[in-house]
Amino acid sequence: MNAASHASTTERLQQILRQRVMVLDGAMGTSIQGYPLEEADFRKGHFEDHPSPLKGNNDLLSLTRPEIIEEIHDSFFEVGCDFACTNAFSATTIAQADYGLEYAVRDINIAAAQCARRSADRWTAKTPDQPRFVVGCLGPTNRTASISPDVNDPGKRLVSFDNLVTAYREAAEALVDGGVDMIMVETVFDTLNAKAAVFAVLQMKEDRGIDLPLMVSGTITDASGRTLSGQTPEAFWVSLQHGELFSIGLNCALGADDMLPHIVALDKHADCLVSAHPNAGLPNEFGEYDQDPEQMAALVEPYLSEGHVNIIGGCCGTTPAHLAQLKALADRYSPRQPKPEAVDAV
Amino acid sequence: MPSNRVPDMVLSGLEPLVVNETTGFVNVGERSNVTGSRKFARLIQEENYEEAVDIARVQVEDGAQIIDVNMDDAMLDGEAAMVRYLNLLASEPDVAKVPFMIDSSKWSIIEAGLKCVQGKAIVNSISLKEGEEPFLRQARRIKLYGAAVVVMAFDTDGQADTFERRIEICERSYHLLVDKIGFPPQDIVFDPNIFPVATGIPEHNNYCVDFFAATRWIKDNLPGAKVSGGVSNVSFSFRGNDTVREAMHSVFLYHAIKAGMDMGIVNAGMLTIYDDIPADLLEHVEDVVLNRRDDAAERLVDFAESVKENASASKESDKLKWREWGLQERLTHALVKGITEYIEVDTEEARLAANKPIKVIEGPLMDGMNVVGDLFGAGKMFLPQVVKSARVMKKAVAYLLPYIEEEKRLSGTEGESNGVIIMATVKGDVHDIGKNIVGVVLSCNNYEVIDLGVMVPAEDILEAAEKHNADIIGLSGLITPSLDEMVNVAQLMQKRGMSTPLLIGGATTSKVHTAVKIEPQYNEPVVHVLDASKSVPVVSQLLSSSKAVFVSNLQDEYQGVREANARKRGNKIFTPLADARARAFKTDWANYQPTKPQFIGNRTFKDYPLADIRARFDWTPFFKTWELHGKFPRILEDEIVGEEATQLYRDAQAMLDQLIADKSLQCDAVIGFYPAEALDGDVTRLYRDEARTDTAAHLNHLRQQADRPDGRAYRSLADFVAPAHSGVDDYMGAFVVSCHGADELAKQFEADHDDYNAIMVKALADRFAEAFAELMHEKVRKEYWGYAGDETLDNEALIAEKYQGIRPAPGYPACPEHSEKATLFELLDATSATGTELTDSYAMLPASSVSGWYFAHPEARYFGLGKIDRDQVEDYATRKGWDLETAERWLRPTLGYDEL
Repeated sequence: MNAASHASTTERLQQILRQRVMVLDGAMGTSIQGYPLEEADFRKGHFEDHPSPLKGNNDLLSLTRPEIIEEIHDSFFEVGCDFACTNAFSATTIAQADYGLEYAVRDINIAAAQCARRSADRWTAKTPDQPRFVVGCLGPTNRTASISPDVNDPGKRLVSFDNLVTAYREAAEALVDGGVDMIMVETVFDTLNAKAAVFAVLQMKEDRGIDLPLMVSGTITDASGRTLSGQTPEAFWVSLQHGELFSIGLNCALGADDMLPHIVALDKHADCLVSAHPNAGLPNEFGEYDQDPEQMAALVEPYLSEGHVNIIGGCCGTTPAHLAQLKALADRYSPRQPKPEAVDAV
Repeated sequence: MPSNRVPDMVLSGLEPLVVNETTGFVNVGERSNVTGSRKFARLIQEENYEEAVDIARVQVEDGAQIIDVNMDDAMLDGEAAMVRYLNLLASEPDVAKVPFMIDSSKWSIIEAGLKCVQGKAIVNSISLKEGEEPFLRQARRIKLYGAAVVVMAFDTDGQADTFERRIEICERSYHLLVDKIGFPPQDIVFDPNIFPVATGIPEHNNYCVDFFAATRWIKDNLPGAKVSGGVSNVSFSFRGNDTVREAMHSVFLYHAIKAGMDMGIVNAGMLTIYDDIPADLLEHVEDVVLNRRDDAAERLVDFAESVKENASASKESDKLKWREWGLQERLTHALVKGITEYIEVDTEEARLAANKPIKVIEGPLMDGMNVVGDLFGAGKMFLPQVVKSARVMKKAVAYLLPYIEEEKRLSGTEGESNGVIIMATVKGDVHDIGKNIVGVVLSCNNYEVIDLGVMVPAEDILEAAEKHNADIIGLSGLITPSLDEMVNVAQLMQKRGMSTPLLIGGATTSKVHTAVKIEPQYNEPVVHVLDASKSVPVVSQLLSSSKAVFVSNLQDEYQGVREANARKRGNKIFTPLADARARAFKTDWANYQPTKPQFIGNRTFKDYPLADIRARFDWTPFFKTWELHGKFPRILEDEIVGEEATQLYRDAQAMLDQLIADKSLQCDAVIGFYPAEALDGDVTRLYRDEARTDTAAHLNHLRQQADRPDGRAYRSLADFVAPAHSGVDDYMGAFVVSCHGADELAKQFEADHDDYNAIMVKALADRFAEAFAELMHEKVRKEYWGYAGDETLDNEALIAEKYQGIRPAPGYPACPEHSEKATLFELLDATSATGTELTDSYAMLPASSVSGWYFAHPEARYFGLGKIDRDQVEDYATRKGWDLETAERWLRPTLGYDEL
């Protein structure tokens, strides 16, 4: 990847996005659950002698069972998705510390990027009029920089801004080296974590002299209408505006119906593009998502018919069948128009 | 031009805060600031973060839209405190909903803070103070962290204090930020420096007007930029007077907001409504803020006095609330607050209610003074306040006195005090500020103080003590010969078989000297009293039933001091004088070209302009006089004494204005320059003429003798003048400066029972003398001698003595032997030139005088002589034509051996 090709990515994306709503992919985790995988699948060829159990550490599959991950990416591209998000939600030194796999983080991210890249390149070759893109994912990690883990000591923190910057930088470098087109800081429940990710990416962009589109997607966790760290969607946007964002959006935690008012708020204030990838409803008592593709599409329709988003997709519980419905919706409506106030700002 | 419109500034905590025309003025809460709030500083020091968080909460409840957090305190780990506090605030949704302002002069603290906030904060502040490179580096980082920034109008030349400098720096900063690194213009907030006005310094008068103009200019010329500032600064001169301060804040904001100020750091609880300001106060405040008349500051200061007493109450009706209280409460209030205005009315009321006038003193007045004493003892009142309390007390007593006399005449009874104390500055010494302060403090505590004044011979002190049946005698002195005189007094008391305890105090006295030299002379208690605050406990214990225990402990303590001192002395190794001279400080005279002074001989300066001298004041010693310790100007912000120091400073400024306006002090100086050469044996010869034929004087110097490491010189002032055989024509100078008139003014104040102003005028006269000496020294360096014509130093650098050449005074560490002052006075014919006299002990009169020698050599340094050995004392005796005993007497403080 060189600077020119990244710059052209942004331009090509913007050109497409002026024409239509683009579609992210669906749930990686839910899709993986469809494969009968055992402990050995998570170790194969890379972590055979690892001392602790690795089953459930899905990010490892990009290394140990890359064909499965590619197959999942293919399944979403097949229904018309424009983007594949790397299978790297927990691929930071902070999150992998639970498995004792900090050392593997770079390899995991490179492998995740390469899986998605190969799949995307295949589909771009197949449908040259619809180029496919790879989004490198930076997950929230399992630590919060502005919330105390201890009710008796509200000033306590388990992770520092500097730790997060280091971890995100390492992951982002590997994703870029693996060939991603852009980066998405996703499922943000603590804005300070996201600021660290943005800090890392901005520094990396400057150091490498590349123009890498940066998406941020937060999570409104419950009916309070706030992030886990307490911010309103507007405050969330304001706090990250400095990141020269390609898009701001929300994902996960809520179904499309509950997420809508918060997307409306972002739509109103953001001077960049807006994305949304809600869950297929709320999980039931077995942790499964019950909304079928038609139900979900009906709830997502206002996002598009009212012109609140530029990019739509699915999070937990969304299958290729869900995404096929969303792609159909996306094609039916025109994209969100940047707000007049926002034009002045650019 | 809608396409050029800059977006609104939007900040965030848990919720967004838009700053635009419709938002109106944004209040930034200032109380979570260790430099601005004593309470907050204390809570942080004590790590009481729970209450510290409450301070932020209350501010938000009071309407603060942003919370400023500042942890800049030398005693704190600022980064850790910033992180801890911000992390705790993050857990308080009621507080964290607003954006934070991360306030520090240290970049490391700012960056530590930026790493803790999930919202969009404001950094306060960065500036061009250290040039463009750090400024842009910090701004780039701030951009990466996603914060707005306050930029101070400050560059490498200093803080902008004029309109032109303000806009020049702001414009430059703006373009650097916007054009060079793409900083969003709407996120730039300028702080064009709000400075205190009505400080008494005319250059400060236009500060507000310039701020308003700069604000207007910034808003008109730098699109998107905001203007902010620390509003409380403006009223800094009026600390302690909330009514005036609140009015000043409101008036300032009223005009600043009109000019376009967007936000400000304010104490939301310290604002009054502009329209609620009484018309007269408003007029005076606006005169100052808008610089509408030359005497605006003086007028507001005067006016402020009249609105001062309503301490915490801001409403006019509360101002005299205390007048409705009961009689005792009123008397106590007046005493504690130092309010003389109503004391006679209240005293009269008390007199009518009492069966005897003396009972008013013994009862309600003493009860009030006990409150003062308790507060002082607990460190809740400070010396200047206590002196003001004493002024009220004296006024009340003076009012009662005729009635008491009448009563006494009728009944033959007498009032009782806690005890009679004789106080005196000993023979040969004229310094009495410290003694007067102790006298006031003791009389506050109902001791009858009989002050015999200055230069009091021992016999007079002892006779007065016997005549008044004194319970205690207190001796004071400032110059070193006074130490001997105190020994003399003690010996005389022993000879007379007296039993009165003896107190020793004053700047040169010490516990060691008292224990080693004075106490052994007298079989009764001799106590060194460190300062005025210690005088009451010492006196009360000496006069209490527990005296025996106190004295026995004291004697043990002094015995310990003597033993420790003897051990120390025993360890002292001295280099023989000849060897010390061989290891004198050496310089390359062959390559030294002395500057010839503008004139040879003396020149007198009469009635030097006081205003010029005032600008050169070093205030730190002034506060020390009042037992307020700390460096000026930091002391004005000091956590504990700041408020009192500020009040004192303001009173001092007011008196200075008056003194200068009335020309009631007079500063005279005489300086002289003489061809000079160093002779062998630490003697300098001065000539009256350039031909070097007419010898004017021989100066006798002393040389360090205490063992020094190899390679270090044994210093003497003799080393800074070119030797006779060097062939270099060198010179020396001498000076005497005096400030006349303070004693007379002090007497007038004393007659009016106003010790506060009596002490004040003397303390200021001391400052005049010191500043005048400093000023003359500069003129000598640059002009009259002219060896440093290109010197450019500001007052602080001057106080720090960063200039070339020295001006040591006989009696001070480099040349501690006082009798050389006689030579100096003869050379300058000082007594007829400036009216300055020398006492038997070589103290100068008036006491506010400074004298010394001028040395120009670039390597001339101040040093301390330290102790010297017997061989040098013998040598010195020979040089001076004294016997050994006389030499030992004059050199006693420096003797490194025990006399026979």
